[in-house]
Amino acid sequence: MHLAPWTVALPLACAALLAALAEKIPRTVADLLALTVAAANTALCALLFRETRSGPVVYWFGGIRPRQGVSLGIDFAIDRIGAGLATLSAVLIFSALLFAARYFDKPQASFQALLLVFLAALCGFSLTGDLFDLFVFFELMSATAVGLCAYKSREVGPLQGAINFAVTNTAGAFITLTGIALLYARTGALNLSQISRMLAGRHDALVLVGFAFVCLGFLVKAAIVPFHFWLADAHASAPTPVCIIFSGAMVEAGLYAVARLHGALFATPLPGFRPALLALGAITCVVGAAMCYAQRHLKRLLAFSTIAHAGAILCGIALLTPEGYAGAALYVAGHGAIKAGLFLCVGMLLHRLHSVDELVLHGRGQGLPWLGALFAALGLLLAGTPPTAMFLGESMLHHALREHAVARLALAIASIVTAAAVLRACGRIFLGWGPREPDAPGGGESDEEPETVPARIPWSMWAAATLLLAGAIASGFLSRQQASKEAMRMLDPHAFATQVLDGAAPSNPEAATPEPLGPALWHSAGTAAGALALAGLTLGRKRLPGALRRACAGVWEPFASALRGLHTGEVGDQVAWLAFGAAILCGAMALG
Amino acid sequence: MSSILAWLPYAVAGWLLLWGLYGIVKSRNLVHLIICLVILQSSTYVLLLAIGYKAGAVAPVFADMPLGTPAVDPVVQALMLTDIVVEATVAALLLALAVQVYQRAGSLDPRELVRLEG
Repeated sequence: MHLAPWTVALPLACAALLAALAEKIPRTVADLLALTVAAANTALCALLFRETRSGPVVYWFGGIRPRQGVSLGIDFAIDRIGAGLATLSAVLIFSALLFAARYFDKPQASFQALLLVFLAALCGFSLTGDLFDLFVFFELMSATAVGLCAYKSREVGPLQGAINFAVTNTAGAFITLTGIALLYARTGALNLSQISRMLAGRHDALVLVGFAFVCLGFLVKAAIVPFHFWLADAHASAPTPVCIIFSGAMVEAGLYAVARLHGALFATPLPGFRPALLALGAITCVVGAAMCYAQRHLKRLLAFSTIAHAGAILCGIALLTPEGYAGAALYVAGHGAIKAGLFLCVGMLLHRLHSVDELVLHGRGQGLPWLGALFAALGLLLAGTPPTAMFLGESMLHHALREHAVARLALAIASIVTAAAVLRACGRIFLGWGPREPDAPGGGESDEEPETVPARIPWSMWAAATLLLAGAIASGFLSRQQASKEAMRMLDPHAFATQVLDGAAPSNPEAATPEPLGPALWHSAGTAAGALALAGLTLGRKRLPGALRRACAGVWEPFASALRGLHTGEVGDQVAWLAFGAAILCGAMALG
Repeated sequence: MSSILAWLPYAVAGWLLLWGLYGIVKSRNLVHLIICLVILQSSTYVLLLAIGYKAGAVAPVFADMPLGTPAVDPVVQALMLTDIVVEATVAALLLALAVQVYQRAGSLDPRELVRLEG
């Protein structure tokens, strides 16, 4: 039997077992069981990743293959980028389980079970070749994520975050389902390749609206402005080990779905789709970066930086070119490991110092030099410095976006400002730099209570963080040429359909030789220098001349307070923005 | 007349979708809000069934039926059943959260909760 279905079946079965035995087995056994299954799933996904190196692999459930080019069965159509996303998810879930082993006071078998269901949903989502299954895995992912988000539901804060998350994402998911129904009405098919064959390049108004609706739910999950409001609340509420999956894999899964669907369904870009996504991506970069810089709650800070980076990834996808897709895929691989590592650092800070508030923690991290070094290193990597896949991805994105100066500028802002915010927090906490700020209102203590009595940081937490740092550096060995080749396959619906429906051999496109990395090195050095300078200026702003300081504050303060004013935290407002964004997206496609 | 009837379910689906969204936006009570979400979702049931419907066709149970008998589309019905399961899960989860919120905050008004959180 093929490996693919096991990546979903194994974690699901083990989750059921853990949930059933929760009270009856000792804690160590539950920990070991969950960790073993996550490790096994990582290995399965890595094997799939390896298997797909010579082209996509198709698996038909129950052996119900298409006859005469018509499919009635359900398939997993595994391309290399999807298998890579599944591998990334499995690695992140493994790190989360490892980190969580000593994070909670009491045994948490239900927490582990939920994480494993999340893993099953992510794997299914990345591998499936069926539009409706995509929706089902998507909803499974949402429901589990909400459960994880409200996991420590002793306070109102986490519940509020979980409810906002559930309502916005469910509303988005039903708009997606409406879109799926419309596409089915036009084509009578749910298999992606079958839909693409039935459409045969025609896209009338119904198809356009249907596809816009389908993408909408995924864009909500990807936290693209103006659908992003739920993400920061969800991150602030969720336990830290869960944040790494939200930021590292879940948001990216939403973006992957948009990329994959457009690539598998339409041979030519839909009218209006490219400018609409490009504009949304650029706005997301800027809004995410600004909000990230304005935060003092470290988990919110990282959550907004994820929003900015999601915008950058969307800019790459929006081009609908192999180079853009490949850059986005590499960017996701590097970003996932780096951002997850940063969240683990914040988790260790919370564990050790009982707070995730940058200003409260001022200077209190001076006894933790190793944690500080890790935090700073990850912060610099977040600026897109080598040797991670994020560096490779960013260089490809910049090259792909060479004709879109505004988008490139937005991308640069996202990299510089988010890295500067992380480095600023690092300088303030671990070096005690910057003036001691009076406790401003609105930041508040952490929503999350530290769980255990801290003596030292347990080795399992260090192990998880080191694993992620190693993963980030290892991701730098991914080949840009190979990624371009996979992206070309992803953007060729005809070849894909012949393989899925007629059983032909996978296509073997010739990818262009990637650009030399020299200019990209200069570029990343500039970004890192910019981030360091911005962080330094923020911390040392009392030493700047008064006029300059007032001028900066005069520009920044109204902008930041206007942005903050939009983030009301009310679920009704968030759904209103969702409807507004839906109207914009559909409008852009109607006019395009 | 028949053309109006053919379009009616689509109009109802659109109406439910917009009305559900409007209800969520304006809601001052979490239970009310969750019911609005369920209404939003009902629009997908109507839409799916309308897509599969065929005038004069029978239910898609193929026992004791001569070949070639027109039947309505069974795929959308299966989709709708799955959809119901998904929605029941989400609604139950949300209602459980609403109960927890009420126990802790003593209020179900989303705006009140934002204020409590600070």
